[in-house]
Amino acid sequence: MAIEALNVSKRFGDFVALEDVSVRVNDGSLTALLGPSGSGKSTLLRIIAGLEIPDSGSVVIDEREVTSIPARSRGVGFVFQHYAPFKHMTVHDNVAFGLTVRKRPKAEIAPRVEELLELVRLDGLAERYPSQLSGGQQQRMALARALAVQPKVLLLDEPFGALDAQVRGELREWLRRLHEEIHVTTIFVTHDQEEAMEVAEQIVVMNKGKIEQAGTPHELYESPRNEFVMSFIGPVNRLGDSFLRPHDIQILAEADGSGIEALIRRVVHLGFEVRVELTLPDGRDIWAQVTRETAEQLELKEGQILAVRLPPPRVFAA
Amino acid sequence: MSFSKLAARTVALGYLALLLVAPVIMIFYRTFEGGLAPVWTAINEPNAIHAFWLSIEIVAIAVPLNTAFGVGMALLLERGKFKGKLLLGMLIDLPFAISPVVVGLALVLVYGKTGWFGNWLIGHGIQIIFSVPGMVIATAVVSLPFVARETAPVLRELGTDAEQAAATLGASGWQTFWRITLPAIRWGVVYGVVLTTARALGEFGAVSVVSGRIEGQTQTLPLYVQDQFENFNVTGAYTAAVVLALLALGTLVAMNLLTRRTRRRTTV
Repeated sequence: MAIEALNVSKRFGDFVALEDVSVRVNDGSLTALLGPSGSGKSTLLRIIAGLEIPDSGSVVIDEREVTSIPARSRGVGFVFQHYAPFKHMTVHDNVAFGLTVRKRPKAEIAPRVEELLELVRLDGLAERYPSQLSGGQQQRMALARALAVQPKVLLLDEPFGALDAQVRGELREWLRRLHEEIHVTTIFVTHDQEEAMEVAEQIVVMNKGKIEQAGTPHELYESPRNEFVMSFIGPVNRLGDSFLRPHDIQILAEADGSGIEALIRRVVHLGFEVRVELTLPDGRDIWAQVTRETAEQLELKEGQILAVRLPPPRVFAA
Repeated sequence: MSFSKLAARTVALGYLALLLVAPVIMIFYRTFEGGLAPVWTAINEPNAIHAFWLSIEIVAIAVPLNTAFGVGMALLLERGKFKGKLLLGMLIDLPFAISPVVVGLALVLVYGKTGWFGNWLIGHGIQIIFSVPGMVIATAVVSLPFVARETAPVLRELGTDAEQAAATLGASGWQTFWRITLPAIRWGVVYGVVLTTARALGEFGAVSVVSGRIEGQTQTLPLYVQDQFENFNVTGAYTAAVVLALLALGTLVAMNLLTRRTRRRTTV
């Protein structure tokens, strides 16, 4: 089901959380709202869910205007950063909650819950309480709970933000595969550009209550519309008004006159990637990203002077 | 154990013993000094039995009223968005600040024969002052803040995530309250109810003013104790006092057992 926000604005006291934001998310897509904290991404998600009421503007889900419809009638599944488990209920009762309040017969609830717990790989833990689960398990329970009522859209607010790096990585991968399996329109909020690039098909970059750019990860990386998007998505070097990607800087084996001289200040080995910090003849510092192989071939060392070729720089209109 | 720790414990326990334990033990001791027979007689005194049941009746009405009011008020204070919240929070605490005798007098001024609504009420056959309704009101007023004050911080601590999750899952406000909010705050409520009950059982000042203290009619257990004591019926006074103490103690123990049994099952 397509989701659309039209000219949405929201203030909290003096703080402008969203300013005239419009965005459209296509049916069946997996979209990330990406931005630093305070950019309004969570507020936008909560407005779509009906947990927050916009000061102005409207929300349309599946071609139906829902701005004044309460959260419970919008048919959205919502997953919170801190899981929001019902602590006094078992895993089974948590997942069954949406069906129980709809007064579905027990004979229908039991197999559905079982099927969902299998989907989120929590089968066998149905009789546990949330406090007996790990963070990752609690978040998967929360996801099963949201999916139980067959929502039209699935909204996740920093779903992996409270988990440690390894579990976070596993769950990202898993969320992607889950989306391929059930194809419900999904929006998740994150401040982690790597997470957004890895999981989402579409990314909406937000900053200071506005949308900076929306597009596929590839589009955003290759043709960022402005300085903010360029520096938020992927690493950058800044030279005055122009920007270059560190991996676009080419280190030459031999000075053939096509490059400029640079002094190596430091070589940092980060596994496959090697970070070479350079000083240009005019005293400006930049860094280049090369593979381990290149670094070894060129025998890069601190203090060495060599030639580099800079890509055509990108300049954004102010 | 270090000396200072030992000293601190001795002082704390000594203070408690002198102020609380010794007097309570003395009451029990003096009650049963003459054996069980006089106690049995005192218990079977018709006025004593009446006072006992009247106390129970008042508690049975005032405590549920204050529980519903207190939980509602806590929800309003923690979840509501309106101006004057601070003022409302202060108003709730007022019964703690005002002497119960003053509460009683104030109620007489409003509901008594010469009070604001008194005449109108009496004209419609409703007597508040010098009868049970007035005593229930007085008891409710003095024990008003407990449930709200015990529940509000638990609600704040709980946060709104679970309630919002329930809403997105299709639960109505009513369903969310009964299935999500109330189970999560129940220990705060239970503790508030225990304190309210204990306070309501023991209330003397306000009820004393409002009741008119008519023997066998508007005499609660604390009033009965005072009455017997003044009339030199020491055994009667002590026996009633012991019954009162046991009632309060029973409430505490019952709640404690209940708490422990369910808590073990759900929280780790």
